[in-house]
Amino acid sequence: MAAVILSARGLVRHFGGLRAVDGVDLDLHRGESHALIGPNGAGKTTLVSLLSGRVPVQSGTITLDGVDITRLPAHARVARGVAYTFQITSIYARLSVFDNVALAVQRHPGDLRSGTMAALARVGLDDRAGQEAGTLSYGHQRLLEIAMGLALRPKVLILDEPTQGLANAEIDTFKALVRGLVPDTTVLLIEHNMDVVMDLAHRITVLNFGQVLAQGTPEQIRANPAVQAAYLGD
Amino acid sequence: MRRDLALHLAVIAGLAVLSVLLPPYHHTNTARIMLLAVYAMGYNIAFGYTGLLSLGHALFFGAGMYATGLLMELGDWPAAVALPMGLLAGGAAAVAVGLLALRTAGVSFMIVTLMFAQAGYLLVMYFTAYTRGEEGFNLARAARAIGPLDLSSDGTRYAVALVLFAVALLGQLALVRSRFGRVMVAMRENEERSRMLGYDPFRVKLIALGVSGLYSGAAGAAYGVMFGYVGASFVATQFSILPLLWVLLGGAGTTLGPLLGAVLMFYLIDIASGYTTAHLAVIGVALLVLVLFAPRGLLGVVRERLVRWLP
Repeated sequence: MAAVILSARGLVRHFGGLRAVDGVDLDLHRGESHALIGPNGAGKTTLVSLLSGRVPVQSGTITLDGVDITRLPAHARVARGVAYTFQITSIYARLSVFDNVALAVQRHPGDLRSGTMAALARVGLDDRAGQEAGTLSYGHQRLLEIAMGLALRPKVLILDEPTQGLANAEIDTFKALVRGLVPDTTVLLIEHNMDVVMDLAHRITVLNFGQVLAQGTPEQIRANPAVQAAYLGD
Repeated sequence: MRRDLALHLAVIAGLAVLSVLLPPYHHTNTARIMLLAVYAMGYNIAFGYTGLLSLGHALFFGAGMYATGLLMELGDWPAAVALPMGLLAGGAAAVAVGLLALRTAGVSFMIVTLMFAQAGYLLVMYFTAYTRGEEGFNLARAARAIGPLDLSSDGTRYAVALVLFAVALLGQLALVRSRFGRVMVAMRENEERSRMLGYDPFRVKLIALGVSGLYSGAAGAAYGVMFGYVGASFVATQFSILPLLWVLLGGAGTTLGPLLGAVLMFYLIDIASGYTTAHLAVIGVALLVLVLFAPRGLLGVVRERLVRWLP
């Protein structure tokens, strides 16, 4: 049994009558890459918002390395190593590409310029360091967003639909990047592109109507009749 | 030497040269403007760089002015000791206001800071026995000295104002070029993203507001001592709006914008009041033109079009 790094028990978050997350248990094993899938509106983004602290939980607990972080504000969780990259690209459009990543790099000691350029080189944006981030193409903005998440050097990196809007070549770059991250970093990935999921994920959790429908390896999930009915089948 | 530092040193040197060249009337004006520019820089740190649109900065300027003025007038403190107290009073007032006001944002923040400043104004009125209310009080000429430096004499006053201005300007440059300066701008540009990079918005904004208060308090304290007058007009709402105008005119989020804006607005009002008693209308028109045609201010436009490295 692999060691658990991030653990959620009985997470609940309702918005009015909508049971967005309704009693979810989730364990992330150290060094795994774990995919979170499910139909639109299944509660995936809400669940990772609860894990990252962007949305407060109504009940349940979250622990990181055995320490309860349920009540910690988002920025304190980031400082402890839980990073989140936004589904809707959220960069500093009016700042340079360099400054965007430098803001993440400077959270750690060390030479800022070389650290930032190295972080940009990982996603292939080092030749655009001086450019205003808002003028990048959509795909490059997604990569910048990922570079910011990586530069935080998190223990757990939560990627919310990272490949959305990326071209095939960029998706390949992205997959290589994530493969290079594990097992040093644990990755939790929300993803609609099943090729990416089946390719990258060690384990998969399927959400439906705010609850865990199934959990297991890609093979187990593929073979699961309930999942096929709810999600893959139609 | 880096070109941005060279530019700032050149501005300081230029002001030093002007001290010799200017006729007396403009000489005194420039000394005033340099102190007002320190106040404007303080405002710029909060508004221009961190995005905190405060309408209550007169409280911080006034806290500095009254702390120093009252200590000298009622406590017979020497100016050399009373002046740093003004600086601290400005910073402390800003942190105290920030602890409450920074729980809000946007329009609410504007209203809460406005209310705090109004409370400060009313406090000055309430304690008229000490502050002499609207009328204010003059500081004795003999007391307005730091050791051998007579701050009521024109040459010394200009020199000391220039030193304070230079320290403030270079301090501001160092701040915005620092890692923390980058975080301030990040808060202004995208607070939610900054939070998800691990920065506590409340803490960052509180520090920025505190530094802004130190600048404002220092400017208020120095202004009171150097021009020998402490009065309620410096805590009134209008004096909270003025730094906003200076910064908007010169360029919010540029290091030299506050000085440029303060110079232009000072002389705009000066010249306008020679023709009409409605010089406040001139301010209003200037603000409208600005917001409509150059929302980034003069140096903001220069940075956008010509000199991209302008800090």
